[in-house]
Amino acid sequence: MSNGSHKGMQERLEQLAEALASGFSDIGCSLEQVCGEITLVVPREHLIAVATRLRDESQFGFEELIDVCGVDYGDYGNTEWQTDAAPDTGFGRGVEVIGQLEAMEENRFAAVYHLLSISNNIRLRLRVFVDTSAPIVASVVPIWEGANWFEREAFDLYGILFDGHPDLRRILTDYGFIGHPFRKDFPLIGQVEMRYDPQLGRVVYEPVSIDPRTLVPRVIRDDNRYLAEDNETQDAGDA
Amino acid sequence: MPEIRNYTLNFGPQHPAAHGVLRLVLEMDGEVIERADPHIGLLHRATEKLAESKPYNQSIPYMDRLDYVSMMCNEHGYVRAIEKLLGIEAPVRAQYIRTMFDEITRILNHLMWLGTHALDVGAMTVFLYAFREREDLMDCYEAVSGARMHAAYYRPGGVYRDLPDRMPQYQANQWVTGRDVSSRNETRQGSLLDFIEDFTNRFPNLVDEYETLLTDNRIWKQRTVGIAVVSPERAMQLGFTGPMLRGSGVEWDLRKKQSYAAYDKVDFDIPVGKEGDCYDRYLVRIEEMRQSNSIIKQCIEWLRNNPGPVVLDDYKVAVPSRGEMKDDMESLIHHFKLFTEGYCPPVGEAYAAVEAPKGEFGCYIVSDGANKPYRLKIRAPGFPHLAAMDEMVKGHMLADVVAVIGTMDVVFGEIDR
Repeated sequence: MSNGSHKGMQERLEQLAEALASGFSDIGCSLEQVCGEITLVVPREHLIAVATRLRDESQFGFEELIDVCGVDYGDYGNTEWQTDAAPDTGFGRGVEVIGQLEAMEENRFAAVYHLLSISNNIRLRLRVFVDTSAPIVASVVPIWEGANWFEREAFDLYGILFDGHPDLRRILTDYGFIGHPFRKDFPLIGQVEMRYDPQLGRVVYEPVSIDPRTLVPRVIRDDNRYLAEDNETQDAGDA
Repeated sequence: MPEIRNYTLNFGPQHPAAHGVLRLVLEMDGEVIERADPHIGLLHRATEKLAESKPYNQSIPYMDRLDYVSMMCNEHGYVRAIEKLLGIEAPVRAQYIRTMFDEITRILNHLMWLGTHALDVGAMTVFLYAFREREDLMDCYEAVSGARMHAAYYRPGGVYRDLPDRMPQYQANQWVTGRDVSSRNETRQGSLLDFIEDFTNRFPNLVDEYETLLTDNRIWKQRTVGIAVVSPERAMQLGFTGPMLRGSGVEWDLRKKQSYAAYDKVDFDIPVGKEGDCYDRYLVRIEEMRQSNSIIKQCIEWLRNNPGPVVLDDYKVAVPSRGEMKDDMESLIHHFKLFTEGYCPPVGEAYAAVEAPKGEFGCYIVSDGANKPYRLKIRAPGFPHLAAMDEMVKGHMLADVVAVIGTMDVVFGEIDR
C-alpha cells in the first residue's frame, strides 16, 4: 500500500513537472527538483500571473497556500571554520564574529511559497528572488487570503515588502521594534536590551551588554562523503 | 438622538480565556464584533533563528516548546525534514513507535483542547476529567523519555531508545501510603506497552463520559452550534488544515493522503464535519480521539510482536550505543564528532509535514551543506487559523469570541514561535 501511494505520488510529480515546464518556461520560470519536491523559480514580475494560473487551472489546482516565508541568502555557504586548510594548519578555537556580510547586489532575499493542491494531492514550492536594495514583491493575498499573516511575518523578519498587501504591519516583534531580526546581519543576541529603571520610573532600552557566543562553529564538510553524486549512487544502491 | 459610537475593547494578553498571550483588539458595536485584530508575538522566541545557530540535533528540544501540548508531533515534523534532506529513513519499529506516540500526543492535545474549550464556555467538569487522563499519557512520555512534556525523544533516523520494559512506580510518602500506593501502581506492574494497552481499554468509555457531559448538553450546543461557520471553499482559501479543515467537510488528512511513518499500515477513518461550525469541529476532534485510540491499539499489537532496532545503524547520523562506544575506537570518534560538530546534510532544501493534532505542522529546511540549518521555517498550523479570527468572529457576540478561540485550539508557543 505504501509503495502504491508513493508510486502514485511520483507519477503525479512527474506530470506536474511536465505541465509546469510547458506552461511557464516561456516566461522565464525555471524548475528545480530536490528531495522529491518541485521548486518553481518565478521571475518577480510574473508572480501574480503564475500564481493565478496555478490556482485556477485544474491541472494544477493549488487551492491552498500552506506557507510563505522569507529567506536571506546573504550568508549562504559561508563557514566559521575553514576546514579545507585544517590538515596543514590545525583548527583554532576562535570563531569570527558574523556581522559584515559582503554586499550582495542581487538575489539576496527570496520569498518562498509552499502550495498544496487538495484536489490533486500534490505540493509545489515557488521561489521569487527580490531586489536587494528595494525588496518588493507583489502580494498574493488577492489569490490566497491565507497569505495575509505569512506576508506580514516575512516583512517583519526580513523586510520584504509585499506590494498590494491590505495591512502590512509588523506581527511578531515588539511594538516599535527597529530592524528585521532574521536577516543574517542581525546578531542573534539582538541590538538592544531593556530593563526597568527605578530612577526614571520606566522601562529603558540600552545596547546589549552580553557578548555573542558560538558554542559549535558552523562548518561545511566538502569531503567526498558529502558530494552530491556520491549520495545519488548510494541512494540507487539502497533502492 | 444621542450619538452612538463603536468602541474598541482590549482583550488579553492576560486573560484566562486567551489561551496564553493573545491580545485581541475588538471593535464593537454594542455587544456585536465589527472587527477583530489579534496582536501576536508576545511569546516570540525566534526559534527559527536560534536553530540557525545550532547543529541540527540540538534544535529538537526547541520543537517540544513550540506547540507545547503536542510535543512529539512537532519533533516528528522536524526530524522528518532532516531525514528527507539526508535521504534516510527510520527502521520500521521506530516508525511504529513514532506513530503510536504521535497518536498519544494527539489524545493529549485534544484532551487539553476539550478541557479548556469547555471551561471557557462554562463547563468546569470536563476540564477535570480531561486532565485526569492526560496524567496517564504524560506518564507514558516520562517512561519513554524521562520528561513528562518536553520529551526530545525523536531523532533523525529513529527514536532515542526502545520502549522500556517497566513503568516508573509511585513511591510511598507521608501522604500516600500502603494500599493507596499499591492501588496507584496496579496498572504499572508490566511494561510501558501494558500500561498503554490498559489505557486504550479504558479510554473509549472515558470519551463517552465527556460526551455525556457535552454532546447533547443544551448550553454547550447553544454556545457552539452555528458559531463561526466556515465553508469548505473559505477554509481552503484561508489556509486551514487539520480538524479546522475537516470540520468544514473537506476530507483531507496527511496521515492518509500523504502517508508517513506507519500510518499506511494501520486502519483508521477520517471524521469530517458537515456544517463547519464550532460544534462540528468539536465532534470531529472527539471522533479523532477514538480513532487515535484504535491506532494506538494496532501499534501496541505490532510492537509486541516485532522487536528490532529503533534507530538507524549509521554512525554518520545516529549515535552509537554506550557499550559500543566504550570498546570501539571508530564508535568513540563518531560519538565525539556527532556531539561536537553534528552531521552535514547535502546542499538542498526540504519541506516535510506531519498531521499534528492542530493541523499541518511543517518544517522547511534550507541547507548549504553546513552542520547547522541555513534556514528553518516552521509552518505552525495555528498561525493561519488565528489569522482567520477576524472573519470568524465578525457579527458574533463578545462571548462567542471565547468559543472561537477555543475551537481554533490556539497555542501561542507555535503561533509566535
